[in-house]
Amino acid sequence: MTSSTGGLNPETYEPAVAPVEQTYTPEAREPLPGPVVFDELTRQRAKELMSRYPQSRSALLPMLHLVQSVQGYVSQDGIRFCAEQLGLATAEVSAVATFYTMYKRRPGGEHLVSVCTNTLCAALGGDDIYKSVCEKLGNGSPLKHEQTAGEPGSPGSITIEHAECLAACDLAPVIQVNYEYFDKQTVESAGELVDALRRGEKPNPTRGAPLTDWRTAELEIAGFHDDLASTAEGVSAAEETLVGARLAETSGWHGPAKPERAALPDVPEKK
Amino acid sequence: MTQQALTPVLTGRWTAARSWSREAYEQADGYKALRTALEAHPDQLIQLVKDSGLRGRGGAGFPTGMKWSFIPQGGTGAGAKPHYLVINADEGEPGTCKDIPLMMADPHSLVEGCIITSYAIRANFCAIYIRGEALHCIRRVQNAVNEAYAAGYLGKDILGKGFDLDIVVHAGAGAYICGEETALLDSLEGRRGQPRLKPPFPATSGLYSAPTVVNNVETIATVPDIVRGGSDWFREMGSEKSPGPKIYSLSGHVTNPGQYEAPLGTTLRQLLELAGGMKDGIPLKFWTPGGSSTPLLTAEHLDVPLDFEGAAAAGSMLGTTAVMIFNETVSVPWAVMKWTEFYKHESCGKCTPCREGCYWLLQVLQRMVAGQGTESDIDTMLDVCDNILGRSFCALGDGAVSPITSGIKYFRQEFLDLCADQPKVARPEQLDDLVGARA
Repeated sequence: MTSSTGGLNPETYEPAVAPVEQTYTPEAREPLPGPVVFDELTRQRAKELMSRYPQSRSALLPMLHLVQSVQGYVSQDGIRFCAEQLGLATAEVSAVATFYTMYKRRPGGEHLVSVCTNTLCAALGGDDIYKSVCEKLGNGSPLKHEQTAGEPGSPGSITIEHAECLAACDLAPVIQVNYEYFDKQTVESAGELVDALRRGEKPNPTRGAPLTDWRTAELEIAGFHDDLASTAEGVSAAEETLVGARLAETSGWHGPAKPERAALPDVPEKK
Repeated sequence: MTQQALTPVLTGRWTAARSWSREAYEQADGYKALRTALEAHPDQLIQLVKDSGLRGRGGAGFPTGMKWSFIPQGGTGAGAKPHYLVINADEGEPGTCKDIPLMMADPHSLVEGCIITSYAIRANFCAIYIRGEALHCIRRVQNAVNEAYAAGYLGKDILGKGFDLDIVVHAGAGAYICGEETALLDSLEGRRGQPRLKPPFPATSGLYSAPTVVNNVETIATVPDIVRGGSDWFREMGSEKSPGPKIYSLSGHVTNPGQYEAPLGTTLRQLLELAGGMKDGIPLKFWTPGGSSTPLLTAEHLDVPLDFEGAAAAGSMLGTTAVMIFNETVSVPWAVMKWTEFYKHESCGKCTPCREGCYWLLQVLQRMVAGQGTESDIDTMLDVCDNILGRSFCALGDGAVSPITSGIKYFRQEFLDLCADQPKVARPEQLDDLVGARA
């Protein structure tokens, strides 16, 4: 196709000038991570995760949890580490790391406090709890979602977040600290809870194992349990969990009795 | 009230001391069904579950036995690929709180169910995808899996019957969309949790493109009881099309919230009676039969039988039987706005109607709740909802519009009351006089 302006710039009617040719000079390759942040144990654990699945890429989600347990967040080094282990591009790992809420992009506190502000918890006081905790931790200017009180990683530091439904609606309003449940909270109890955490104490959750810190919780989520037999003990079911079963017991309801030995159907004929 | 208002089949084991341990589970006849199952032909188990009429407890209510029978068997074609069982334990639907207490209190029923199901569908690998935030469930289920390995219920040549099975407990990372089965499979493959186009369905092309059954926790935890009790026993509870017991999770403005396991078809009136009625006697305003994605119902629907058919006939869905109960003090537009915040945050972004629609619906709702809406906002929202429902890639979009359309259907006036410009109301004469007197 020929131009009707005969080689003139259509805007200025001046002779068109070819743009100056740009040559692409490849930048030096990204330097390898300076200090080795992932020690031999972490590398072994990454390998162990990969061996659990029929295809190694399935280990990516737990591996990102593992990275967080080492670093306290998913850093660029952490992304590169996962990519190297799994033979993926860093972009592929980044795409996954940025998709999920539990992967944090910045260093956070010793503890992660998640306040449920979904409709049911909010209606029963969750919004007030979140607001008061943000104010309390902010010392004057309230903290915002995913901000940290105290130096990230230091003892007693807390990252606050509002969470979506934490699946404990019968125990609303709920808070999780490092993913352990603190059920049936009030503005007062939540205030006492964060005060205690700031003082370096570790109050016991309503349901769950004794409180540790967020990075230890992340290691467990990655699938590495130190002494599972004892952490699995933890605190057992809440009163609400058992309310129906207890009512059935006291009322003498146990559902229809099972037969002594139920016969299985015959092997169906192949069509 | 009927003789047996509650049928604690699953929850009955929860009151035992250390109910989550293998000893306690075996004292309650645990792992007996496994022995029966491994003696049987796998097809007998599929037929048994078909006969029982068990329907998926994760929300959709698909017949479980039929799902299992879709798995291609035999040494050729898709049947020749490895088969997988994946448990959807990514509980996150607002209001839903049944699988987490189940996994905490009774993880062995899930593990035994997984072994029986895997044997039935001829799978040698099973993954239990647990929501990452459910840390104590991850511990309890992992502990149960370890105990099952130690007892010879998992691993190679289970109970000397020549069947091999490995179970991996896999934690998610905080994405509601991963409760959608194909998004869950993508997530389990180490990708962003975004839904896949169906067909092909997971039954032929699931995990690693191989035949896969994806079932909910409560569904699979029910399987050992069906094997021990038989299909006739199971059908003594519930209705013809929705048989069996179901864990109803009551939350909100109710005197005794919690888990109530009752036959399918129990009504909210009966459940409220069991739970001591409305909290402080404040009347019921609206409720969800099964999570926020199921359209709202009102006090008119107290006698709707809560089974798959009954909830659908009332214009809602049974969902997960997460019964959220709200009294007269709660504003419907506010509640709908809060739910829409959730869907906007959790929309995975793959398809335009849901990604954009949820975003703009939230803008409109926030404006309305702030008192700056207009009457036409209601029509705008309904129009946007119409463009999301049935046009989104997966059910998240359909769920997102449920609270809005049902909220407007039953409580339109409450939305109108929030509008900035209130329609002019004829003034009584004496008011005019008063205005005149002031001038």
